[in-house]
Amino acid sequence: MSERRTVDVRHLARVEGHGDISVAVRDGRLEEARWQIVETPRFFEAMLAGAHYSTAAILASRICGICSISHCLAGLRATERAFGVAVPAVADRLRRLAKHGETLQSHVLHLFFLAAPDLLGLPSVIPLVDSRPDLVHLALRLKGLGNRLCDTIAGRTTHPVSLQVGGVAKVPAAAELRRLRSGLEAALGDLDEAAAFLASVELPDFERETEWVSLGGEDDYPFIGGRLVSSDGVSRDEDDYLAMTNEFLVEGDTSKRTRLSRDAFAVGPLARVNNSFELLHPEARRVAARFRLEPVCHRPFMAHGARLVEAVHCVCDAVRLVDEQLADGAGEAAAPVEPRAARGIGAVEAPRGILYHALEYDRDGRVVAADCVIPTTQNNGNIDRDLPELVARLAAAGADDRRLELLCSMLVRAYDPCISCAVH
Amino acid sequence: MEIVDFRQLSSNTGDDLDIALVDGSVSRQDEVERLVRIRAGARILVALGSCACFGGVNRLKNACGLEHANRVVYGERPRDTMAVRSIRDVVPVDLEIPGCPVSKDEVERIVQHLVFDVPYSFPVYPVCLDCRQRLTACLMDRGRLCLGSVTRGGCDAPCPAGGLGCWGCRGPAADANLEQLVADASSRGFSGAEVAERLGLFGGFEGLR
Repeated sequence: MSERRTVDVRHLARVEGHGDISVAVRDGRLEEARWQIVETPRFFEAMLAGAHYSTAAILASRICGICSISHCLAGLRATERAFGVAVPAVADRLRRLAKHGETLQSHVLHLFFLAAPDLLGLPSVIPLVDSRPDLVHLALRLKGLGNRLCDTIAGRTTHPVSLQVGGVAKVPAAAELRRLRSGLEAALGDLDEAAAFLASVELPDFERETEWVSLGGEDDYPFIGGRLVSSDGVSRDEDDYLAMTNEFLVEGDTSKRTRLSRDAFAVGPLARVNNSFELLHPEARRVAARFRLEPVCHRPFMAHGARLVEAVHCVCDAVRLVDEQLADGAGEAAAPVEPRAARGIGAVEAPRGILYHALEYDRDGRVVAADCVIPTTQNNGNIDRDLPELVARLAAAGADDRRLELLCSMLVRAYDPCISCAVH
Repeated sequence: MEIVDFRQLSSNTGDDLDIALVDGSVSRQDEVERLVRIRAGARILVALGSCACFGGVNRLKNACGLEHANRVVYGERPRDTMAVRSIRDVVPVDLEIPGCPVSKDEVERIVQHLVFDVPYSFPVYPVCLDCRQRLTACLMDRGRLCLGSVTRGGCDAPCPAGGLGCWGCRGPAADANLEQLVADASSRGFSGAEVAERLGLFGGFEGLR
């Protein structure tokens, strides 16, 4: 008699937003493994139409409470490129610092609060408060530093206020920057402990060849603007984002999917590390070596390692930027802005991967049409492809229902999906 | 204090709650059903954030028209959606904490009051007082439009301090004088339409602007 087993996860926990996993296995063989987005669609692209350029990025940042700085910066960049505004060097430097703060706080949040419980066999981080207070305090210190970096530079961690069209509205005082610098230096010890923790746990050994898409850097590890590249050898101009993403709808799902050279691709920390490994800070590459993370890595669970590597890079690079600002912080922080009828594209690397905003303006500086392509939207197609492969291997190895459910959930979590963003 | 159900943080679930904090607005039937279930299991239901309290920025969708919004995003294959509603439009709410984002300090203070069963009173003063408190020079005096004079204070005014006027995310202060705001704005060159548009972004001034 044939034996059919199913795993049904409704509203997967420890991810942002609502997504379901459905798995069916018959006689040790994969029948079906699906990732479905059931989150409420939000229609931001329609809501952005009519917004004045001074409001567009404020509204766009509300797409996400975790990566609101990325959404704000993508909107600002789209607007500035539409109007032909050159952002002054001081503003560009401060925006990068705010970006590092966001990446740090988001990666630490994911690694310790969302992913670590799986690696330690726990339902959440809450029991760790008693059993591993050292780890929880370490995470809170690092998360707090990321938040402080955002607060100091952008005026707030969630929904920035100082990042505005043309540049920044506020330049932090030298004393504030020096305080940040000492915090950043102290964080290197914490990150070393974090790396020791991650090296001590076992990441599931699953590999599937994937096309990795990110911004391509020239001199710096890329976070804001530049060429669009893939590990399959595609390289396009930022303005060609539509040809890089090729969004399409799937039945019964509120998130779109994307494709490039294959039927899916992935974005995010592992894509960036794979595509720009040589541009990482040497300290970050040293941490990568501890996990034997080198390009091109096709193990989705190694995204956890990539997050830690990027956290180290962000802290080291933030020290450099703070020093630059302390040595040479004078000059205009915002350029004058003249609206014109034009379309602009802004691509930034959000914590979860490459994010695009395209804004078309009329001559009064009002949005005529908006398009946003979200990292999680791009990753959903790759999760669709990873899941059946993972389940097929687990089923063949005789994994029980519990293990199937755990590893499928962990696989989705490894992408750190932000589902509300995906259905913006 | 025990965290019973917090899907974003924990795989544990439960529905017997002393306090339920609910964020987000409502625009699908499954959300209505979940909300009714949460209300039935909770002693105190708190709407958390401007979306939960007023519909928030999501309310802009209602003005777009649902069919149009659907066509813009999903083309010829529309997804189920309803007009955006706040939590209190769907179930009775015991307390509302507005803000986009909410103030962490305020949420912590309110949860402490609820746990110890001490009545909580929101500040009745406007955001202007927060600016005075932290010595932020008036944005209106610097030629920027700001809704601080009519918006509920208690947020510590991070927006004016960061060089951005107040956008009214917390909704109206007690006795908000909108006529005076329009007059002050007009004397600085801002039209009534500009003020009304800004008052409309977060939804807290619906019916007043």
